[in-house]
Amino acid sequence: MTTAPLSSPAHAEYLAQQTPVLTANDVSVTYEVDPPVKAVQHVSLTLNRGEILGLAGESGCGKTTLAYGLNRLLKPPALLTSGSVVFHDESGTDIDVVALGDDELRAFRWDKVSMVFQGAMNSLNPVISVRAQLHDIFTTHRPSMSRKEKEERSAELLQLVGVDPNRLGSFAHELSGGMRQRVMIAMALALNPQVMIMDEPTTALDVVVQRGILREIMRLRERFNFAVIFITHDLPLLLEISDRIAVMRAGQIVELDTAENILGSPQHDYTKKLLGSFPSLFGERGDFVRTGTHETEAGK
Amino acid sequence: MTTSLEVRNLTKDFKIRKGLRSSLLRAVDDVSFTLEPGKTIALVGESGSGKSTVARMIAKLETPSSGQILLDEQPSATHGAALRSYRNNVQMVFQDPFASLNPFHSIAHHLERPLQIHGRATNRAELDAAVDELLERVNLSPASAYAERRPHELSGGQRQRVAIARALAPGARFLIADEPVSMLDVSIRLGVLNLLARLQREENLGVLYITHDLATARHFSDEILVMFRGKVVERGPSDEVILNPQHDYTKLLLSAAPEPTNQGRLRREVREELASGVGPGDRFGTSGL
Repeated sequence: MTTAPLSSPAHAEYLAQQTPVLTANDVSVTYEVDPPVKAVQHVSLTLNRGEILGLAGESGCGKTTLAYGLNRLLKPPALLTSGSVVFHDESGTDIDVVALGDDELRAFRWDKVSMVFQGAMNSLNPVISVRAQLHDIFTTHRPSMSRKEKEERSAELLQLVGVDPNRLGSFAHELSGGMRQRVMIAMALALNPQVMIMDEPTTALDVVVQRGILREIMRLRERFNFAVIFITHDLPLLLEISDRIAVMRAGQIVELDTAENILGSPQHDYTKKLLGSFPSLFGERGDFVRTGTHETEAGK
Repeated sequence: MTTSLEVRNLTKDFKIRKGLRSSLLRAVDDVSFTLEPGKTIALVGESGSGKSTVARMIAKLETPSSGQILLDEQPSATHGAALRSYRNNVQMVFQDPFASLNPFHSIAHHLERPLQIHGRATNRAELDAAVDELLERVNLSPASAYAERRPHELSGGQRQRVAIARALAPGARFLIADEPVSMLDVSIRLGVLNLLARLQREENLGVLYITHDLATARHFSDEILVMFRGKVVERGPSDEVILNPQHDYTKLLLSAAPEPTNQGRLRREVREELASGVGPGDRFGTSGL
C-alpha cells in the first residue's frame, strides 16, 4: 500500500469550506504489458467546484494516465484495476463514473467533464472545418438544436475564446498554433461542463501566446465557474494559476496542498527538488546554480 | 591574434513561394556579436524570431545572404578542408537528444567518428582513451558503463551529455547550443546547464546559448541578446537586460514568463480586470496569434 500525500493543516481547513464536484478514491491504473506497469497507484483526489487543481509531475509519472482514468478514456492495455470516481452533479445527484454503461458514458463525457488534450494543436480533425467540428458536438449531445442555433452558439464560442467567428469555415492548417489551441478550448466549453481537464494545454506554445491563452482560461472560469484539473510539468505556471497543487511522482501523489503552501512550505523532498529546478527570473541566483550540486544527481 | 568567434551584420533571406509569385522573408536582419572563450552569450526570443537560423548559419548549415562569420578575425571558410578546420573549433548541440543520436550505433561510435574525421586519434588505443576522457568530461562516469550502450538505453539528460561530448570531440572551442534543455524533464535541466557552465568556466569554452527561457538565460550567461522578427532589439549584460529592460518586446517577454515567486499573479490580474470592467486584456494582440 502507499502513504497518503503530504499536506498541511491549512489545506484541511481549505477543503472544509469547499463543495466537491469530482471525487476519486483509491484509483489505480495498470498497463497490462509484460511486465505490468503500475502507472497510477492508489490515488485519491477531490476536485472542488470552481477550483483550479494543478497536477504537476515529470514525463512518465502517470499524470496523463490518471486524467484519462478520471474520464474513463483508458484504452487497453491500460486498465483501471481499483478505485471509484464519483461526479457530484449540480442537480445534486451523484454519478458513479466507473459504473456508467456505454450510452450513459457517451452522454456524460463532454457534457459534464470535458477535456483539452495534450498536443491539442494536433487534435483538430484536419479534413473538416472548425464549423463542422463544433456542430458535431451539438449534433451528438443536443440533437434538438436547429442548424441556426448551432451556428449561433459556434460563433459565440469562438468569440469567447478570442477567435474571429469568421474563422468558422477555416481548416486546422489555416490557423496558427495558438488559434488551434483556442478552438480546442472553445470545443471543451461548448456544453458548459462543470469540470474541464486540461492536459498540457499550452506546453508547445510561445510564452507570450501561452500567457494570452491562460488569461482567457482564467477569465472564462471566473465567468462560468467550471473546475479545472490543469496538468503540466511547469510548476511556476501552476503556482501562478492554481488554488491547489498535487505533486505526482512514480504513479503516486506525494504532496497535495494549497498553492501558497507548496511554494512557501513544501514538505516532500521531490517537491523541493522540482521547485529548485526553476531558477527565479528576478530573484537571486540560487545556490544550486553554478555550484554544480545538481550535476552528480542528474548524471545517474 | 585574439581568439574569438564573431558574426558581423549577419542577414538571411528565405524565399517564400506562393503560387507563381515568390517573396523574400528576412529571417535574420543585421545581427552582430562576438563570442569570446570562457563567455556565454544567450540569444533569446520566441519561435520564428530567427535565433535558430543564426545558430544554423554559424554552424554552416545555412549560408548567410549577407554578412560575415569570423573565426579568430579571419573570414570563415565555406567548403573543403578549411571548413573542416572551422568545424574543429565550432560545434553545435541540437535541441532534441532523441533525434540527434543514431539508434543503430553505440555511444562510443558517436564519439569515435568525429575523433577520426578530425584527426584527433589514429589508433584503437588512442580512440578508446579519447572516448573515455570525453565521457568523463561530461560526467558520464565510469565511462566504460556508457561507451558500449546504445542511445535508447540512456535517459534524455544522458543523451544530451553524449551530444555535448560529441561536440567537444573535435576539440571545439565554441559551442552553439540550440535549446539544449527544452526537451528534457525539468529536474535534469539544471544538471545539463551546470555541465555547460562548468565546461565554459574550466575549459574556457565560448557558448552561444539559444533559448526562450529568460530565467536560465539570465543565470547561465554573461550577455543576453533579445531577438524579435530577425532583429536584435535589446542587448546587454544579463542582469541589466532582465532587471532593467528597455525595449517593449523584452518587457512583454518578461511579463509573460511564469515566475515561481509570484504566486497567484495571473488570477489576481484577471479578477482585477473583470472587476474594473476592462475588455480582454489584449493590448499586444496575442489573441490573434
